[in-house]
Amino acid sequence: MSGFAGTGRLFRLALRRDRIVASAWILGLFVYAYSQAASIIALYPTQADLDRLARTAEGVGANPAVVALQGPAYDASTYGGATAWQVVTPWVFLLGLMSLLLMTRHTRQEEETGRAELVSAGVVGRYAWLAAALLYVLAVNVVLAVLTVAAFIATGLPAAESTALVVDCALGGLVFAGVAAITAQLTEFARPANEMAFAVLGAVFLLRAIGDSSTELSWLSWLSPIGWAERFQPFAGERLWVLLLPVALLAVLLVAAAALLVRRDVGAGALPTRLGPAEAPPWLGSPLALAWRLQRGTLLGWTIGSAVAGLSFGAIAQDMVQVAEQDPETAKMLASLGGSGSITDIYLAAVLSWLGMLAAGYAVQATLRLHSEETELRAEQVLATAVSRIRWAGSHLLVVAVGSAVVLATGGLVAGLAHGLRAGDLGGELPRVLGGALVQLPAVWVMAAVGAALFGLLPRLVVGVTWAVLAVVLFVTMFGEPLRFSRWLLDLSPFAHLPKLPAAAFTATPLAWLLATAAVLAAAGLAGFRRRDLASTA
Amino acid sequence: MDATAISISGLVKTFGPTRALDGLDLSVRTGEVHGFLGPNGAGKTTTIRTLLGLLRADAGTATLLGGDPWQDAVALHRRLAYVPGDVTLWPNLSGGEVIDLLGRLRGGLNKQRRDALLELFDLDPRKKARTYSKGNRQKVALIAALASEVELLLLDEPTAGLDPLMEAAFREVIREELKSQRTVLLSSHILAEVEALCERVSIIRAGRMVESGTLAELRHLTRTSIQAELVRPPDGLTGLAGVHDLVLDGTRVHLQVDTPRLDEVMRHLSAAGLRSLASQPPTLEELFLRHYQAEQVATPAGDGRATQEGARR
Repeated sequence: MSGFAGTGRLFRLALRRDRIVASAWILGLFVYAYSQAASIIALYPTQADLDRLARTAEGVGANPAVVALQGPAYDASTYGGATAWQVVTPWVFLLGLMSLLLMTRHTRQEEETGRAELVSAGVVGRYAWLAAALLYVLAVNVVLAVLTVAAFIATGLPAAESTALVVDCALGGLVFAGVAAITAQLTEFARPANEMAFAVLGAVFLLRAIGDSSTELSWLSWLSPIGWAERFQPFAGERLWVLLLPVALLAVLLVAAAALLVRRDVGAGALPTRLGPAEAPPWLGSPLALAWRLQRGTLLGWTIGSAVAGLSFGAIAQDMVQVAEQDPETAKMLASLGGSGSITDIYLAAVLSWLGMLAAGYAVQATLRLHSEETELRAEQVLATAVSRIRWAGSHLLVVAVGSAVVLATGGLVAGLAHGLRAGDLGGELPRVLGGALVQLPAVWVMAAVGAALFGLLPRLVVGVTWAVLAVVLFVTMFGEPLRFSRWLLDLSPFAHLPKLPAAAFTATPLAWLLATAAVLAAAGLAGFRRRDLASTA
Repeated sequence: MDATAISISGLVKTFGPTRALDGLDLSVRTGEVHGFLGPNGAGKTTTIRTLLGLLRADAGTATLLGGDPWQDAVALHRRLAYVPGDVTLWPNLSGGEVIDLLGRLRGGLNKQRRDALLELFDLDPRKKARTYSKGNRQKVALIAALASEVELLLLDEPTAGLDPLMEAAFREVIREELKSQRTVLLSSHILAEVEALCERVSIIRAGRMVESGTLAELRHLTRTSIQAELVRPPDGLTGLAGVHDLVLDGTRVHLQVDTPRLDEVMRHLSAAGLRSLASQPPTLEELFLRHYQAEQVATPAGDGRATQEGARR
């Protein structure tokens, strides 16, 4: 077995290298699963509540958009069944994401950076990197599984079924460690390897989304490892044989990865590297064009995210009326979100504000591109040409400003379509929902402008402080009212000043103030950037 | 056109407590290839970044192509091209895209020259920048700079990642630049390169100019090493001005002499009757080493290191 020599050492190296990364994944995914279980108990305190949930969630009466995003409910009339319905589909998706990212990180990325070459010159077998990475991903999954099962038991769920649910999900996720094991053999670089594995994960999610939400095409779900995890039917009469499917697929994927591995050189990929154009396209000749070229991938990702969020928000807006009729508690909770329109409108105003915060996440990330371009010394080369600092930074900010509008408009459009179609009033609802999304724009721009101001004035701290400001704003906006924060604290969030469309009337004054604030902050940032030294540490 | 392309006097740049530039003077004439030498951390990169208006000087004056590097940055940058010492590129742009982009941002690119340079440097422009080695990234920046029709080239250790063949190609191109009356400020570590290309050189140490002049003038500052076997022991060599490291062993003599004093020393030696004579011509390397090493001797170790780090930031 000399092919595996050194696996143990590499495994320990991976653990040492990823203390923080692995802990963050485990914590995040644990909190996700636990909070779902806990919130089911909090939201549905009696068996009667659960029975009502089961009537709306199961079978043909279920909202197809919800099923597409969250999978089918097999037995929502028990806490376990309801938790399984909430957890399985999104959790397997996230577990798959974690598994594939960690797998690539410890195989292809190590090769790309040349570290693997250095280590492989020692007593390290051919399969050792792959085996160690797999062991490491397994270990992370085991730790997460143990924690989650313990938490489920602590909330009162039965131990055996809880374990079955978590093992089922983990196996579904591990399939994507196998997928990444293969994509890591194909390309020379970690990024395209991850992109290919993402594409597989996305396709697998989509297959079961179509299969789950239709009757004729339900067989499609059987082609998807995420679909298998659902069809194992945790807490609803587990079908143990279904677990054989991910195990068998993982084994096949790993054997295939190993076969690819021995047929290629260290550092090389099985696929030829794709070449780019020999000349720049004619449009790529200005700082604005460069900013667009560099930022368009980020924008696309967030726009897709916004569309998915818009779909899930819009698709269930109409159900809020029903929920409110059946459940005065939820109605009261919704009413406390503010506004004065119908329950549906109040709900829409709330979720469109979440869409605004999603767009703020995009705006901050895209604005901070200025900082990474500068510290990685690429800005230096542009600024050594006939491009002024203002024009360079302004180009990126312009892309962010327009990009924020695109993210919001896409989410609003999809939400408006989904809601309008279900409400049977597309012409009436679409413009209202779209308007409610676009009214978020001034607050989003303020967040981007905070990043721009810090970039110009406090460049060393810009990344941490900007994200911290966003986190505080999100926290205050989402939890400030229920936690009864004082008014001035609530008013710190730019989102607090927006008119709550479509539940309230449109008012222009606060929007003008927000726009002025954004303009002042951005101008201060640009002025500061024009006066300061360019960073020169990479 | 001004006779002086770059003129710096008393330039000071501090990073926190460290003085990266400490009253630097530098003068580069229009149309010359000027070698800019100094140990790591002496302030070469800081000087160039200040000339580009990327850093703001704390004191002193700098004039570049008749303009102020900070105030007139954009107008000046149309007339110059810069190759950084550590070239980082956008990973998903191809080399060709980067060359065209940088050229266009500078205000235009000579297409024929671009293609000729690609061939000369043997670079595949279709590869994505993330797949390029350090040397290939440097080639991308060099081609983008050399294919631009500019008056001044600021090159910061441009051959550090190139193989000997590519270094030769680089020298060939720079010699052509000389003919076309472009000014080049060439920061370098490779003495052979400087000797082959530069008419004048400046040596910088710890943020100050320590030596500046033509190569001939600098050679003048070096010492010739002499070994001689004489008929009888020589008179009057001991204590003679310009003689260093004298070793007298009967009729055998070993000494170093400042090149301007060579004639006088030779007269003393031949007066004692020469049996054999070996002399080593002065090398620039010796001069550089003297200045490079002087830093380690002259400044306390901690201080010197701080300066180096400061200048590299």
